[in-house]
Amino acid sequence: MDSQHESAPATRPPDSSRSETTLRVNGKPHTLTVDHRRVLLDLLREDLGLAGAKKGCDHGQCGACTVLVDGRRVNSCLLFAVALDGCEITTVEGLAGDGEELHPVQRAFLDRDAFQCGYCTPGQICSAVGALAEAAAGHPSHVTDPATPSGEPVALSREEIRERLSGNLCRCGAYPHIADAVEDVIP
Amino acid sequence: MTATDAVLGAPVERREGREKVTGTARYAAEFDAPGRAQAWPVPATVARGRVTGVDSAPALALPGVLAVLTHENASRLGEPDDPTLAVLQGPHVPHRGWFVGLVVAETLEAARAGAAAVRVTYETEPHDVTLTASHPGAYVPESANGGFAAVTKHGDPDGALASSATRVDVAYSVPPLHNHPMEPHTSTAHWDGDRLTVHSSSQGTTAVQKELARMFGLPEDRITVRAEHVGGGFGSKGTPRPEVVLAAMAARETGRRVTVALPRRYLPAVVGHRAPTLHRLRLGADTDGRLTSLVHEVTTHTSRVKEFVEQAAVPARVMYGTPALRTAHRVAALDVPTPSWMRAPGECPGMYALESAMDELAAELGVDPVELRIRNEPETEPDSGKPFSSRHLVECLREGARRFGWEDRDPRPRSRTDGPLLIGSGVASATYPVLVSPCVAAARALPDGGFLVRVNATDIGTGARTVLAQVAADALGAPLDRVRIEVADSGIGFAPMAGGSSGTASWGSAVHEACARLAGRLAEHSGPLPDEGITAEADTSGTADAESPYARHAFGAHFAEVTVDTVSGEVRVRRLLGVFAAGRILNARTARSQFIGGLTMGLGMALTEDSTMDPVFGDFVERDLASYHVPAHADVANLEAHWVDEQDAHLNPMGSKGIGEIGIVGSAAAVGNAVHHATGIRFRELPLTPDRVLTALLEHEHPAGMLGV
Repeated sequence: MDSQHESAPATRPPDSSRSETTLRVNGKPHTLTVDHRRVLLDLLREDLGLAGAKKGCDHGQCGACTVLVDGRRVNSCLLFAVALDGCEITTVEGLAGDGEELHPVQRAFLDRDAFQCGYCTPGQICSAVGALAEAAAGHPSHVTDPATPSGEPVALSREEIRERLSGNLCRCGAYPHIADAVEDVIP
Repeated sequence: MTATDAVLGAPVERREGREKVTGTARYAAEFDAPGRAQAWPVPATVARGRVTGVDSAPALALPGVLAVLTHENASRLGEPDDPTLAVLQGPHVPHRGWFVGLVVAETLEAARAGAAAVRVTYETEPHDVTLTASHPGAYVPESANGGFAAVTKHGDPDGALASSATRVDVAYSVPPLHNHPMEPHTSTAHWDGDRLTVHSSSQGTTAVQKELARMFGLPEDRITVRAEHVGGGFGSKGTPRPEVVLAAMAARETGRRVTVALPRRYLPAVVGHRAPTLHRLRLGADTDGRLTSLVHEVTTHTSRVKEFVEQAAVPARVMYGTPALRTAHRVAALDVPTPSWMRAPGECPGMYALESAMDELAAELGVDPVELRIRNEPETEPDSGKPFSSRHLVECLREGARRFGWEDRDPRPRSRTDGPLLIGSGVASATYPVLVSPCVAAARALPDGGFLVRVNATDIGTGARTVLAQVAADALGAPLDRVRIEVADSGIGFAPMAGGSSGTASWGSAVHEACARLAGRLAEHSGPLPDEGITAEADTSGTADAESPYARHAFGAHFAEVTVDTVSGEVRVRRLLGVFAAGRILNARTARSQFIGGLTMGLGMALTEDSTMDPVFGDFVERDLASYHVPAHADVANLEAHWVDEQDAHLNPMGSKGIGEIGIVGSAAAVGNAVHHATGIRFRELPLTPDRVLTALLEHEHPAGMLGV
């Protein structure tokens, strides 16, 4: 910050590198003064103590940080938090709601032993939840038959599941069991 | 016995599963507290030389930056056992990416901006990072990783080769490979007076504790290292890595709790890699397809910081019967990052080469490749002459062939097509040694009827907590749900790391002994238990690691079916099936996941994982997950892991062999052999990427001089 800003009138923001931002996270509003450089992932982990979303690469290459923003899955390491004012964020901690009951995808991951070290798991689970919604809304993927009617729900074959989850890397190699788990919860 | 059989081997759900799927499992970066600072390292930007100056002022001027540590101001530490940990101790830069500074700040953003603002000047020296089989600096080391002799020889390998009816003389190369666990190497450290507590993403806390004690000049009991959850390691977290030293230094310097979470792109230079290996394989066989000679020679690199020799010729000492056998390693010390363990060091690249050469020999002889391996089954371990404690390679090959449908295979290359796709199948054997180390454990019976078992195991995703509870319940004759288990804390006592496929054997032996002893005491005890319960302890030093008169190894067989696209050159694995003989399987559920994980990593080694050392810049070109391609969901279609029932009384109380590594071992050769079967072309350099495959397909269709355009 330069000296010009320091002597600026009180109506100017006191710090041009931070802004007040309100996010609804897992149903609860949070208003924070956010460093403009702060990405959603670091806001969740450092400011809100929601460490479920993981930092695997910090570059949108691994998917471990996947959360839902307004219902759509995103790599939270690639989104500046300040640009999400007013958005609804759901993390792995908020998928199941407040009760003891797990979200069906979480339950299926346990049933299928769809993880080992667990570090990619929250991202895989959020990504699966997002992918199921996308298919239900008729979003095609690279492997969807072009003859599929537009806007109609896409049936999730094994190949569709694998394709749609390919943005989420798992070095332990739990892929077959993850696909099993997602298959289990297809409506 | 029924209760015992029910608990050991049962597909019990992971104990920490709920934490992992709900996001409440805490990893090393996630132990926050008020005042916790973040730190970002500064990597060297020259391939070799020395730091001549550091200007920290621009970094210190940034808001939120607390300190800049460099070799000029960092405190001098004791000499580590592992010289790669001697960070910020001098101006010398042994390779690009070596850490020359650390910025500590209030936030991640400030630390990162600070690291970018530090100005470092260097004096550079000429560097050499290029490994060749004829590198003039290559030498025969005293030993290879694991303490194996660098060279072994039996009979007259050269003479036997010369007089063999059939010979194969081929070279293979495996590029450098990177572990890339999903959790980058991370440590959070804080000091309370002269007590140091560290949460570290490590495969074993005892080794971290010992090294920190050495470096910071503290008694071990003033250092506590925890690793409650670890996001994978695959060898790269087997011993401490520089980030834990940096975190402890920064925490002491600033008086804060400090987290150092390495950026993904920094990992290849500082956490170890699988060294590249250049192989020459010479096999001689008689007309019946029996080996008359086997020579496996490996050239690899190490850094100038320390010697690490990938023991890739070692599996040839185990696998096949032959009257003449020579195995040899040579290594060149280059200005490269220091290599280290990556899943199945030695066996993994070594078996790629040996099993590919066996496939070539089968083709030369016109013998089925499964049959060739069965014909060369040894009676005793070829190198040592020791009897095997158990060896069911033949059963794995037969069972795998049956499950895979091998007998329907037309052995002729290029015999199956599907439109533009060539289809082929291949087989390879796998092996991995049985390793075990001493460990301590304690078991306590509580007045409420429960049991508390404490052992400093680390669960890096293997399911160690769960399996060890099963071992305890078995030894106690108690219901599994009455056994509580505490792991991953150096305060519990010494334990070996989760590595070398030895964790369960090592920790489990101690747990079994403590629990069996406790069961004995309980049998003698009458009346209610005292409030503090009754405790029994075990220390397996001298017993678990006693020399065995047997050669102890796990074995396996891998079968792969691939398609090769003649238009794009893309190889895809349709099916990959492994059958393993690894002693008693202690948890069918977690074991299957580990085997499949190994197969998957092997698939990556075969098809996508490639790292290149830039000769000019002196670093790895592929440093992130966008350029270093680990398998993704879409790459993994149909993987199967099976095992044969193997009883072996010469192992440990559980009768188990390790399972963490063997799954990767045969994968690359099975895939490569399948690609040969599909195309008729022998590829001898990994990975089998479309550029290589398409070029070879074009050359095959259009021999030299015919392409013309």
